[in-house]
Amino acid sequence: MQLVSNKLPDLSKVPTVDEVGVDERVARFQSRSIKTESKVAALKLILSMIDLTTLEGQDTPGKVRQLCQKAIHLHDAMPGLPHVAAVCVYPTMVGVARKTLGDRDINVASVATAFPSGQAPLSVKLDDTRMAVDAGASEIDMVISRGEFLAGNYGLVFDEIVAVKEACGEAHLKVILETGELGTLDRVRRASELAMHAGADFIKTSTGKIQPAATMQVTLVMLQAIRDFYYDTGRMVGMKPAGGISTAKLAVHYLVMLRETLGNAWMTPDWFRFGASSLANDVLMQLQKQATGVYQSADYFSKD
Amino acid sequence: MAAAKQKGKQRLAVAKTYKIYIGGKFPRTESARYYPLEDQQGNVIANVCRSSRKDFRNAMVAARAAQAGWAGTSAYLRGQILYRIAEMLEGRREQFVSELRLQGVPARAAEKEVDLAIDRLVYFAGWADKYQQVFSSVNPVSSAHFNFSVLEPTGVVAILAPESSGLLGLVSNIAPTIVGGNSCVVLAAESLPLSAISFAEVLHSSDVPGGVVNLLTGFRSELSGQFASHMDVNAVVYCDGGKKTAQAVQEAAADNIKRVIRRTGLNWDDDSTQHPYLVRDTQEVKTTWHPIGV
Repeated sequence: MQLVSNKLPDLSKVPTVDEVGVDERVARFQSRSIKTESKVAALKLILSMIDLTTLEGQDTPGKVRQLCQKAIHLHDAMPGLPHVAAVCVYPTMVGVARKTLGDRDINVASVATAFPSGQAPLSVKLDDTRMAVDAGASEIDMVISRGEFLAGNYGLVFDEIVAVKEACGEAHLKVILETGELGTLDRVRRASELAMHAGADFIKTSTGKIQPAATMQVTLVMLQAIRDFYYDTGRMVGMKPAGGISTAKLAVHYLVMLRETLGNAWMTPDWFRFGASSLANDVLMQLQKQATGVYQSADYFSKD
Repeated sequence: MAAAKQKGKQRLAVAKTYKIYIGGKFPRTESARYYPLEDQQGNVIANVCRSSRKDFRNAMVAARAAQAGWAGTSAYLRGQILYRIAEMLEGRREQFVSELRLQGVPARAAEKEVDLAIDRLVYFAGWADKYQQVFSSVNPVSSAHFNFSVLEPTGVVAILAPESSGLLGLVSNIAPTIVGGNSCVVLAAESLPLSAISFAEVLHSSDVPGGVVNLLTGFRSELSGQFASHMDVNAVVYCDGGKKTAQAVQEAAADNIKRVIRRTGLNWDDDSTQHPYLVRDTQEVKTTWHPIGV
């Protein structure tokens, strides 16, 4: 493999992050008053941005088929709902998911590259990726080697992303930074820049296996990195917070942050996703509440 | 006070802030509204939280989260915890008596009410590991089945507490509900809310897990509809209130066929309001057909 890390930008030039400023900015996003009509529109947009996810050791073909059915039939009692953006599974389950979804306009996303730790040789990671793509995944969620990143081997991490991007072919590449293991917002910002320069189509916060997973602070730093990257290069990169976003209210706060950081161009499932499993039902319950005026119960919504 | 004035120092009284009780915490109402409670002379004795439907929603989330764990504890432990509540209440007897008097209850009646409330907790503590035996049954069936019915808690119970009795009426509705493994959200009496919040402090120090009992204060007219219509409520108990309330509660509860329990015109001082059927009210019967040798 040819080394391409000479394209790696000088990460020492990456701006540092003011943590107190980020905290205060995030607090402001959470204090916006959102009127009923806007709320309904936001909830529907959130539904269309969800990557319905199951990433468990106990996943079976039956469980994945059930998740796909949930993606197809979110809540049939309520007409006019959008469908979710994608179903996100392990590579071995991609075939089952694609077959169940048929030719519907719902993508199959697959985690790859020795998810969630990323502790495997590059050749294994590339095989993992190719297998998922061959089985029908149109989106690949890769993990970066956090150990190498923290050890300062930025070139190696960069080369890995470039190689995986090549292995993806037509499939979109989302790069998971696993911000819970990076420790500081400065490193999150640096990892974001590295991933985008290496060719990421999306950058994603977390695997969901490490706490803390997605937080608004981390997501804001990544959104700012995307904005600056767009000003520098003219290329749009998508964003996917994942893990820990389980209530509609919190998801609406994320949309406010997205709108006020990147603007309307990013407010579509093509450029923003939520990685979540229980968020969909909470959004559905809120939509039903808006329609009927009555607070809802999880008892009346199908589990995924 | 007079002595203090002579010395030129006057101590400021530290008035208690009566807050609501949700998920084992004492927040203020999210709505920031309150209503003044006056004594018989028209002096304001406390500003009481006027809870909103969002407070109720938050309390429901806490109650739902706590219910399964509470139902999973042994009957023996639930009995012990109820007895512990009685112990704690006994230790704060004087406080509760003076609080009832502050709200206009005569001295004798206040003492009697607190004593009865303590005794009633002990009474239901005793039923914790006994009601199941009394109400369960083995049923004769004409097939090769062992057929038996047992009780299970219905889930989350919304209680509109009696207007007539601030402490005893409250305790008499909460105790039989939680002893059977339910969690509950309770709206305290609008005109006698102080004992309810002090009772929450007792619950808080009695090993009752947070969220099993949630206490709100506020206007019945504003909240009874929410109590009856919330889809996650499994049973609604309403005490007192006129025909109109009764109709409104029953209509709203019909949406997801909640169990509706009406307790009006009861004299909570009386022994006739102390019986295990109050426990059974918030239980569901599960019948099992178990095949036996062919």
